[in-house]
Amino acid sequence: MSQAPAIAFQAVQSVLVVLAAPLVLGWVNQCRAWLQNRSAPSILLPYYTLAKLFHKDAVIAEHASPLFRLTPYILFGCMWLAAGVVPVLATSLPFAPAADIIALVAVFALARVFASLAAMDIGTSFGGLGARREMLIGFLAEPAMLMTLFTAAFISGSTSFTTIVATLAHRELAIYPSLAFAAVAFLMVLLAENARIPVDNPTTHLELTMVHEAMILEYSARHLALVEWAAAIKLFAYMTIGFALFAPWGIAEAGDWAALPLALAALAVKLALAGAGLALIETVSAKFRIFRAPEFLSTAFLLAVLGMLIHFLLQG
Amino acid sequence: MIHTALDGALACALAWLLLAALALVPAGGAAFARRIAFPLGAVAGLALAAFGLLAIWEPPASRTLVLGLPDLPFHVRLDPLAGFFLFLLGAVSAGISVNAAGYFRAEAPGRLALIGLQYFVFLASMAMVVLADDAYLFMVAWETMALASYFLVTTDHDQPAIRSAGFLYLLIAHLGAIAILLCFGIMHGGRGDYTFEALRAAELAPYWSTTAFLLAFFGFGAKAGMIPLHAWLPEAHPAAPSPVSALMSGVMLKTAIYGMVRVVYDLIGDVRWEWGLVVLAIGAATTLFGVLYALMQHDLKRLLAYHSVENIGIILLGLGMSLVFIGFGHPAAGALGLIAALYHTLNHAVFKGLLFLGAGAILHSRGLRDLNDMGGLVRTMPRTALYFLVGALAISALPPLNGFVSEWLTFQTALQAPVLREGAVRSLLPLFAATLALAGALTAMCFVKVYGIAFLGQPREPRHPAREHSGRDCGPLEQLGMAWLAAGCVALGLFPTAMLAALDRVSVALTGTGLADEALGAGWLWLVPTTASQAAYSPVIFLVVIVAVVLLTILLVRRFYHGRVRYSHPWDCGFPEQTARMQDTADAFGQPIRHVFGPLYLMKRHLPGAEDPSPRFTLKIEDRHWYWLYLPVARLAEYVSARVAALQRGRIGVYLAYSFLTLIALLAFAT
Repeated sequence: MSQAPAIAFQAVQSVLVVLAAPLVLGWVNQCRAWLQNRSAPSILLPYYTLAKLFHKDAVIAEHASPLFRLTPYILFGCMWLAAGVVPVLATSLPFAPAADIIALVAVFALARVFASLAAMDIGTSFGGLGARREMLIGFLAEPAMLMTLFTAAFISGSTSFTTIVATLAHRELAIYPSLAFAAVAFLMVLLAENARIPVDNPTTHLELTMVHEAMILEYSARHLALVEWAAAIKLFAYMTIGFALFAPWGIAEAGDWAALPLALAALAVKLALAGAGLALIETVSAKFRIFRAPEFLSTAFLLAVLGMLIHFLLQG
Repeated sequence: MIHTALDGALACALAWLLLAALALVPAGGAAFARRIAFPLGAVAGLALAAFGLLAIWEPPASRTLVLGLPDLPFHVRLDPLAGFFLFLLGAVSAGISVNAAGYFRAEAPGRLALIGLQYFVFLASMAMVVLADDAYLFMVAWETMALASYFLVTTDHDQPAIRSAGFLYLLIAHLGAIAILLCFGIMHGGRGDYTFEALRAAELAPYWSTTAFLLAFFGFGAKAGMIPLHAWLPEAHPAAPSPVSALMSGVMLKTAIYGMVRVVYDLIGDVRWEWGLVVLAIGAATTLFGVLYALMQHDLKRLLAYHSVENIGIILLGLGMSLVFIGFGHPAAGALGLIAALYHTLNHAVFKGLLFLGAGAILHSRGLRDLNDMGGLVRTMPRTALYFLVGALAISALPPLNGFVSEWLTFQTALQAPVLREGAVRSLLPLFAATLALAGALTAMCFVKVYGIAFLGQPREPRHPAREHSGRDCGPLEQLGMAWLAAGCVALGLFPTAMLAALDRVSVALTGTGLADEALGAGWLWLVPTTASQAAYSPVIFLVVIVAVVLLTILLVRRFYHGRVRYSHPWDCGFPEQTARMQDTADAFGQPIRHVFGPLYLMKRHLPGAEDPSPRFTLKIEDRHWYWLYLPVARLAEYVSARVAALQRGRIGVYLAYSFLTLIALLAFAT
C-alpha cells in the first residue's frame, strides 16, 4: 500500500492547523465582543498582530540565557507536533502512532516546563510569579486531562488516537455516561490550560492577576509572535481533541480525498460553535482568585476519575 | 567448566576489592586514588556492565566458591535478573567513579584513602548481593554494603548532625536486615540448607508465604526508603559526599528492589494478588509523600533524596500492578508491569545519579547547597547546567527522555485493567494510574523550581556565605561522569526497544511469560507494549519532528524577517527598580503547594505582626511521621531498656547468680 496519500493528508492537516489557529482565536474574540456589546474587531486581527510583531526588532534582557531565546521555537515545535498527532481532519494519519494520548499530554507538559523555565530565566519578580502559578495550574490540569483521555482509552481499549476515534465515531448510538463526566472535566481543563476565564484572563495586564501573560512579559517581537501563535495552536489543538473524543462525526480516513470536503465543513461548523461557546463561558463567568483555581481543577480531576470508575461499574 | 559472564562478574567484584585494599597503601598517596583507583574502578564497572548484559542472553550459571565456613560454602549464580542489576550497577557506577576521580581532587590524603577503601568495598558488596545464591552469602554481602555505606555517610563525622543521620541510617538498615533474615528463616522452615535452590523448592502454606512476603517487603522496603521507613533517606543521602550520594540513591536503593523481586517472584514464587494491593497502597503513598515533601525542600541534596523516595514509589506501583495481574492469572499483563518497574529502576539510577553529581558540581564550584543562595549558575557553569537540564527533564517524565518511557509503560500496565474480572480491584488500578499522573506533574513543578532557581535568573546574595571557591564550572573528569549519565538518559529514552528486549528475557526467566510477539517484533523504531493498535510510541520520530520543526521555524523566521536584536534592561512591567532579592525563592515557589496540601505538612511558622520593629518570617516544615511513628517507638525502646537495665547491678555476685539460674533453666529444659 502506498503511503503517499496518507502523508499528503498529514501535511495538509499540519499546515491547516498552524495557519487556521489564529483565525479561531479571532473568532472567539469577535464573539466575545458581540456578547459584551462592544464593536467587534476584524476576525483577522490576530494575523495582523503576528505580522506586526514579526517586523519589529526583538528586545532581550542583557543577561538572558540561550534557553530564553530558544524557548519560543520549542513551544512552537511542541504545538505543531501536537497538531500533527490529533486527528483533526482524518484518522489513521501516518504520524499518529509516534505519539499516543499519554505522549500528547506529555508534549503539552514539555511546552509548559520550557515556558516556565524561560519565564524564570530573566530573574524578574513577575516571571517567577507567572511560572509558579502556571505550574500550580498545570499540576492538576495535566492529570485531569490524562484521566479524561483514559476514560476514552478504556472504552476503546487503546491509547492510540486513531483507534479511539475510530471506535467512538463508529459506535452505535449508545450513550456512555462515563463520557459525559469526562466531557465536563475536559471542558474545565481546556479553560485552565488555555489561560481562559475563569482561571486566567487572556486580556489582562493587571499585575496581580495574570498567569500566562506574566510568564511572557519579557518576550517581544518575533519571539512574542511565536509564543502567541503557539498559544493559538494550543487552543485549536484542545478544541479538536474535544471533537475527537466527544463529537467525532464527519472525520475522514487518511487518504480518502472524497471525504475531505465533508470533514472540512464539519470541522468549520464545530469550531464555530465551540468558539462561540467559549466566548459565552468567558462572558458569563468572572475570574477566580488564584487559590480557587486548584479547587476548580481538582473538581475536574475528580470528575474525570469518577467518569472512569463509572465506566467500570456499568461495564462490569 | 567456564562461565564467561559469571567469572567475569566475579573478577570485576574482585578487582574492586583489590582497589579497596590498594587505596589504603600510603605510598601512592592521594594521587594514586585519584589518578588510578577511581578510573580503574570505572573500567571495572564498564566490564561488569558488559558481563551483566551478556548474562541476560545466556542460560543461568552457578558456582560454589571455596570461601565461607566449613560445610557452608558461598554459592553464586548469574541469571538474567542478576545480569540486569549487574548491568545497572556497572554502567551507573562507571559514570560516578569517573566523576569521583575529579570530585575528590582536593581531599586530604588520609581521608581519601579511607573514602577509597569504603567506596570500593561498597561497590563490591553490591555486586555480591546481586550474585549471591544462598541466604548466608546474601546476608554477609548485604551487611557489608550497609556498613560500608554507613562509613561513607559519616565521612564528615565531626559534625553532630551527620553523626546522628548515620546512626538513624544504621538503625533502620538493621531493622530491615532482621526482617530479611527472618524471612529467609521462614522460607527455610527447618528443612534442607540455605541455598536459594532449596528455598525455591520449599512449599509454604499460604499463611507462612504471606508472612514471608510481608517480612521481605518491609525488610527490603526499609532499605529502599519506602514510607513509613523512609526517614533515614533524606538525612543520610545528603550527608555523604556527592558521588557517594549518587551511588546510594542511584544504585544502593536498587539492590533493595532486586531483593524484593528475587524473593517475591523467584524464591516464594507463588504470588497472591492481595500482596499486590499492599505493594500498590504503599507505593502510592510513597510516591505522593515523596514528591510533596520534595517540593518543600530548599536544600538541593535533601530535595533530590525525597525524589528518590518518590521514584521508589513509582517502581513499587509497577511491581504492585504486576503482582495483582499475576495473582489473578494474567501473566502477560503481569510481565508488562514487571518490565515497567525494572525499566524505571534503571532509569532512576541513571538520572538520579546524574542529578546528584550535578548537585556535587555546584557544591564544589560555589560551596552552596541551599537553593535560596543560588541563581544564574547557567552563566558560570554552562556544561553542568546542560547536563542537569537533561536530568531534570528526564525525572519530570518528559519525552523523549528515559523517565517518560518507563512511566508510559507503567500507565500502559494500568490500562490493562479491563482483563481483570474482579470489579473492585479492576477499578482500583486506574486510581493508582491517577496517583502516578499527579506525581509526574508535581515532579515537573519541582524541577522547574530547582532549575529555575539554581541555574536561571540572577545570582542571589547568599544567606550562608560560602568559603573560598573557584566559582567556575567543574573539571573535565567530573563533566565526563555527568556526560556519560546524561547520554544514558538520552539513549534509554530514544532506543527503549533494545532494553525492552533484554527485560523481556528477564521476565521470561523469572515468571515464564514475556511480552507479546507483536510487541517484540515491532521494530527498533516503535515501542509497543502489547499490540500496535492498542498503543505505540516512537521517541525517535518524536524527537526528529520537534527538532525539524524548530529548525524549520528558525530558518523561515530568519529568511522572511530580519534577525535584529537589541539588548536592554529587563522590562518587568515597567517597574523602575529590580534587585536579585525580588526573584522567587525556593520557599516562595513551593508556597501554592503548601497552601493546597497544608494539612499534610507539619508547619512551624512565625508571621511578624504589623507593629513588629524587627520583622522576621520563619518557616519550618517537618515530617509528620516523626511524631506519630518514630518518636513513640523511640520512647518505647528507651522505656523498655530502662526496665531491662534494672537487671544490671554492677556486682559480680549478682551476675554469677544470673548465670547459675540460666544453667538450671537450661538443664531443666534439656532433660
